[in-house]
Amino acid sequence: MIALLPRVDRDRRVALLLSGPAGLILLALFALPLALLFAVSLQAPPGGPPGGGPGLSLAAYERLLTTPHHLGAVWNSLKLSLAVTIITLLVGYPASFAIARAKGGWRSLMLGCLFLPLAASVIVKAFAWTILLRSSGVINTVLLGLGIVDAPVRMIFTETALIVGAVNVFLPFMILPVFAVVAQLDPRLSEAAATLGANPVAGFLKVTLPVTMPGIVAGVALVSSLSVSAYVVPTLLIGERYPTLASTIAKAYLLSREPAFGAAAGVVLLVIAVAIVVLSSRVSGRVGREGRA
Amino acid sequence: MRTAALAFSWAMAILACLFLLAPLLVIAAASLSPTPVFDLPVGGASWKWYGRIASLEGFWPALWLSLQIALLSTALSLVAGTMAAVAIVRGRLPGAEAFAAALVSPLMMPGLVLGIALLQYFRGVGFTASWPALLLAHLVVTLPYVARTMIAGLSRFDFTLIEAALTLGCTWPQSVLRVMIPALAPSFLVAGLFSVLASFDNYPVSIFLTDVRTKTLPIKMLQYIEEAPDPTLAALSTLILLGTLVLLVIADRAVGLSRMAGTAE
Repeated sequence: MIALLPRVDRDRRVALLLSGPAGLILLALFALPLALLFAVSLQAPPGGPPGGGPGLSLAAYERLLTTPHHLGAVWNSLKLSLAVTIITLLVGYPASFAIARAKGGWRSLMLGCLFLPLAASVIVKAFAWTILLRSSGVINTVLLGLGIVDAPVRMIFTETALIVGAVNVFLPFMILPVFAVVAQLDPRLSEAAATLGANPVAGFLKVTLPVTMPGIVAGVALVSSLSVSAYVVPTLLIGERYPTLASTIAKAYLLSREPAFGAAAGVVLLVIAVAIVVLSSRVSGRVGREGRA
Repeated sequence: MRTAALAFSWAMAILACLFLLAPLLVIAAASLSPTPVFDLPVGGASWKWYGRIASLEGFWPALWLSLQIALLSTALSLVAGTMAAVAIVRGRLPGAEAFAAALVSPLMMPGLVLGIALLQYFRGVGFTASWPALLLAHLVVTLPYVARTMIAGLSRFDFTLIEAALTLGCTWPQSVLRVMIPALAPSFLVAGLFSVLASFDNYPVSIFLTDVRTKTLPIKMLQYIEEAPDPTLAALSTLILLGTLVLLVIADRAVGLSRMAGTAE
């Protein structure tokens, strides 16, 4: 095959041959399983209404989207995703500018601060937050020691703990894509804007924001789709009482053995994740065009 | 105004770095806890938990399994992903852009959904062996990272270099081995590193494909935390972190973290 490489650009067959293994993996291990999942989600529940034989049914979706408990799970997932995306964007966007403008050693050090946690297990990081946030934990000890509070503050198993932990896990996924764009940006661009009479705020809105939009969108798409489907962080930091779409799926498959219901929850989660990605790329296209116009 | 903006972005960067490192420092401190309840060592530190890592039941098989799956799926993804990237960047592949997008799309895919889809599918085709199922599943997890990095790397590669090598008397295999592979080495390193890490830490896909005897390290760790946590887990994590730190320093020397981060978009 390597011997054929010179003709790659002339020979379609070689290109098809080269893309064969990856294409096969995608088809056999991604597209087909997803299609089957969709089919399973439409399976009629066993012991359904009398007279209703096996066949297609929307019962699983109906149960998911009408039961208050399950609807709450969908809402919790969306809420977490929205909160984490907004916070990581507010912190990560300015931070990535400093990292991109930093020189040599400082830049490596700060990038190391992003990569090392990224390489650490999600489970370990979430677990560390349970140590930090619990009643006898570090934060409470410090607060009590300084006399700021009289009794330990209950932090663990609250929504706040969940958001703190999730922001911690997903922040690098916001900073890195923005950094990748800002690092290629010519700092003279905003100076040029200033020379041409734009005040800093207008310069930012008209020049910097539109050109960094692809990074923002990549970050928003990554963080929101990752956090809407987070499983480990909610499991450890808030627990059973806070159902999410991810925990609904896991429960349906691992505990209650209801594949049709779990599959329906999976399809809903997938649709939300895809919608987030499509929506954010639309927004970036529009802002990018307006900025340039 | 400009100074204020710059100071603000520095403040956010430092805050972000400290915030990101906080849990890692807590784990390292807790691994030295003198008591089994993860107290941060205030009085004295104890190394005893490190001594207990070796005796953790089921941890070594889990670590070995995770390493096997991560390295094998990365190797296979590197081969398949690089071939596909060559076809996309260089070949006259019909629908190259759509294919590139499809290759990267599992990245945006909730892991749990991929996990249950594969569970259902493998059951449907009567494929029940856990080890190969895990390996195949991790191929889907790692391939997007490799494809993304290799497409970016190859689009910066100057293919006329190969023609130059040919003119200078190299054979085809020689010119690929001596010119193309070395020029792409940084991309291979970055792709491989992301891919190994993605597989090694994967929980949501793997959880549906394990059986009683075949458990990857993340699954074993979460189980341990939920059942009876003691600082042994923190000790193990600290060792893994130190290993990662060494890898990062090597990667920084070889490629530069800045270049690695540049592939993140």
